[in-house]
Amino acid sequence: MGELKSASSSSSEFWLGVRDELPLLLGVAPFGMIYGVLAMAASLPLGISQAMSSIVFAGSAQFITVQLLGSGVPLLIIFLTGVVVNLRHALYSASVAPYLQHLSPAWRAGLAYLLTDEAYAVAINHYSDETRPGKHKHWYFLGAGITLWTCWQLSSALGIFVGQVVPADLPLEFTLPLIFIALVVPNLRDRAAAAAAIVAGLVSVLAFGLPYKLGLLLAAAVGMGVGLWLEKK
Amino acid sequence: MPLWLLIIGLGLATFLTRLSFIWLFQHWQPPEWLKRSLRFVPVTVLTAIAIPELLLPGGNWMVPFANPRLIAGVVAILVAWRSRSMLLTILAGMAALLAASALLP
Repeated sequence: MGELKSASSSSSEFWLGVRDELPLLLGVAPFGMIYGVLAMAASLPLGISQAMSSIVFAGSAQFITVQLLGSGVPLLIIFLTGVVVNLRHALYSASVAPYLQHLSPAWRAGLAYLLTDEAYAVAINHYSDETRPGKHKHWYFLGAGITLWTCWQLSSALGIFVGQVVPADLPLEFTLPLIFIALVVPNLRDRAAAAAAIVAGLVSVLAFGLPYKLGLLLAAAVGMGVGLWLEKK
Repeated sequence: MPLWLLIIGLGLATFLTRLSFIWLFQHWQPPEWLKRSLRFVPVTVLTAIAIPELLLPGGNWMVPFANPRLIAGVVAILVAWRSRSMLLTILAGMAALLAASALLP
């Protein structure tokens, strides 16, 4: 009976993760298609373009790689640029790590592979929701991650093979910042968290000119520092 | 360096970055201050991704009152704060964006 109960709750967590990831696809799919179109415009081989979406599986790094390949930058420089652009994922890794300690190495590796901005945003919100305790939240993470992965593969394939972006009168990419707002604002329950977010937002704008998305890392670091400092007081 | 090697190298580096602390925390106890600061990762990083999208559309500064994305963002923040609903926040933000784009010169 216990087995049955835990099985059903892992599948319900999985499908909840799928469902909660769905709204983010509205914003992600246009990006995937644009990536595919840009890869073709930079005359990348079809196979390489699609393989990048599944092997690298990181939107901003893929965009920058395609852009730099098109302008003839040496491959080693492109590699290093991609590594720096993806450094923010180390923050996500640290943030989810405490919740994944009980999992097998295969689970941890699989979830690490799926740890994109959009899967992280939804998964960490679920993990930190104390009103919903549960031992099966990694299934939720998996559901959200696989949903995003599938959307990214399909939308980049559409961009690559159909060669054009489905015309949209709505600027759907704008749903992503809106969703991040919806995920962040209800979590600003105390002074430290609110100050951390405000400072991070301010620094992100002031440091926007820094290359390789380093402004994002700086904003997170300063915001986290302010949060920590206010919490101590 | 052939192109496919770049893709595999970048894929491996991305995966290892994402795995880094998930793996490390099994073998190393992070100091207390680091553990406590992790609570601020989602609110700081997601805010730092979203805010430039509102204030600097396409990477360029826009006068706040003439910027439909900023107006839509402020509406979304208010709706998210009052309703705590993702669906309402998206709908209100997109409606505000369309209305502001149509009304502003």
